[in-house]
Amino acid sequence: MGFFTDTSICIGCKACEVACKEWNQVPEDGLNFTGMSYDNTQGLGADTWRHVAFIEQPRRLGAQQVDLHHEGDGQFRWLMSSDVCKHCTQAGCLDVCPTGALFRTEFGTVVVQEDVCNGCGYCIPACPFGVIDQRKGDGRAWKCTLCYDRLKADMEPACAKACPTKSIQFGPLEELRTRAAGRVEELHQRGVSEARLYGHDPDDGVGGAGAMFLLLDEPEVYGLPPDPVVSTRQLPDMWRRAAVSALGLAGAVAVAFLGTRR
Amino acid sequence: MSPRRETPMVPDAEFRSYYGLPVINPPVWEEREIAGYIFLGGLAGASSAMAAGAALTGRPGLARAAKLASALAMTGSMGALVKDLGKPSRFYNMLRTFKPTSPMSVGSWILAGFAPAAFIAAGTDLTGRFPRTGTAATLGAAVLGPAVSTYTAVLLADTAVPAWREGWRELPPLFAGSSLAAAAGVGLAAAPAGQSGPAVGMAVIGAAVELTASARLESATGLAGQAYSAPEAARLLRAGRVLTAAGAGGALAARLLGSGGRARPFRRRSIGALSRASGAALILASACTRFGVFRGGMASARDPQYTVVPQRARLDSGSAGGGQAGAGHPHVAAAPGHAGAVQVGE
Ligand code: SF4
Repeated sequence: MGFFTDTSICIGCKACEVACKEWNQVPEDGLNFTGMSYDNTQGLGADTWRHVAFIEQPRRLGAQQVDLHHEGDGQFRWLMSSDVCKHCTQAGCLDVCPTGALFRTEFGTVVVQEDVCNGCGYCIPACPFGVIDQRKGDGRAWKCTLCYDRLKADMEPACAKACPTKSIQFGPLEELRTRAAGRVEELHQRGVSEARLYGHDPDDGVGGAGAMFLLLDEPEVYGLPPDPVVSTRQLPDMWRRAAVSALGLAGAVAVAFLGTRR
Repeated sequence: MSPRRETPMVPDAEFRSYYGLPVINPPVWEEREIAGYIFLGGLAGASSAMAAGAALTGRPGLARAAKLASALAMTGSMGALVKDLGKPSRFYNMLRTFKPTSPMSVGSWILAGFAPAAFIAAGTDLTGRFPRTGTAATLGAAVLGPAVSTYTAVLLADTAVPAWREGWRELPPLFAGSSLAAAAGVGLAAAPAGQSGPAVGMAVIGAAVELTASARLESATGLAGQAYSAPEAARLLRAGRVLTAAGAGGALAARLLGSGGRARPFRRRSIGALSRASGAALILASACTRFGVFRGGMASARDPQYTVVPQRARLDSGSAGGGQAGAGHPHVAAAPGHAGAVQVGE
């Protein structure tokens, strides 16, 4: 199960952020004023499991009428996108977790068991998307659970439930992929040629995300990595390299002792 | 000019980002604890290997110095690790399971075998009791030691931190060389003069490997490697290189001057001092290198260009990450067409 977030119909109301915080009792994440358009949350973290990005661009959106703005040629568009944990098929956070606190649920999602997490912090730099983070004062790692408790009770996640435009859709991944492909097609026909999918491809660097997006610009503009690859893909090579180096170290010690006259 | 970039050694590549915020969440590890742990663990591992060599070749003074250094460094390492976890009881969760996909899990198990062996080796040497147990512990620690010294390279590389991840080929030999040199430093600084000969060989080999790998880390890892020239990292890495070269050179010079007949007492003392100072330099060098590597990684995590530019280049060249495990370092010049892109919030 997973999410399809269609950012073309996001209105930036942040109902998802609020619903997520309420349902999961996520602590306050700072009362900041950033000046970054309407985004005062800045990014995902231990205390932010849904984050709405706001991007202002001097550019036309599809067949938008552009005579509303005074400066320049009047082109202006506002991109809004609700970001969330990708629940990767090959999840870096889960792979590197030394305690088994991070696990894959029966819904295919990735969840932290807080009673097992020992605060080692390894999952944080292992996530290629900058999702999971350490909670101050607590030391443990926290992130979106895709409302594991609600799923178990046959309910949809709080964010999807609260989204008034159905920008956030919840369902089985296969179904969402089909729906997403159809929506891109539709937007292209309507002249929004910049519409594209992100995280939908099961052959991508994380084996496909459990949260896919329809974006209207390049992923990095939304703070998403353009081509994330889970680091554990290279782990066998890395271990080999370390083993050779360790043997080299032992060999060097042996040579030093054998080669030294008393 | 912003204070952060007074001397922009790296021209910013053309790239787009979300208000210049980092894409990945930078590690929350404290530098003192984690870089310190990596340094001390490396020193401990290689010292244990040296201790076994010394014990087997009848150099009890060198063996004792090495065993003590290893045990002390392990005490420091474990202290640093537990401090980073917050509560000592949390360390036990590391041994709840064994996960080969987690370098930290593998490392915890290696440490769980190594640390007791290192402590027993030092304890039995000091007290002179249970010599057979002591020998077994010394050999056991020597077998695990090299792994303790190098697994931390994988620990760093197996992350999304660009400068560490792209350095996965260079970090293991760098850490092996740096550990060798540090252990050699222990031998030179603390062992009786007549027994430290093998430490000179270790110093020379370690320094050569460390200097080569360190140069490659910065030159062969594409854009990510440039994060190591962030001022806070570059200063330490440079100090590490200078001290490594000086330490190895000094150790070799002392060895050559000291050989060849009986020297006069004054001369003998100066040679001893040179040898000890070289040892200290090598230990310090190893610390500088590890802290420098840590800082380079942190710099690359905080600046989105190191994440975005290589990935974008990969996409634009049609070799997206999917099947491209180990595809090496892509050429990272920013693609044209992004140059004129709308940059928001910059
Ligand atoms: S997005 Fe990050 S936190 Fe979420 S499953 Fe993937 S690696 Fe883990």
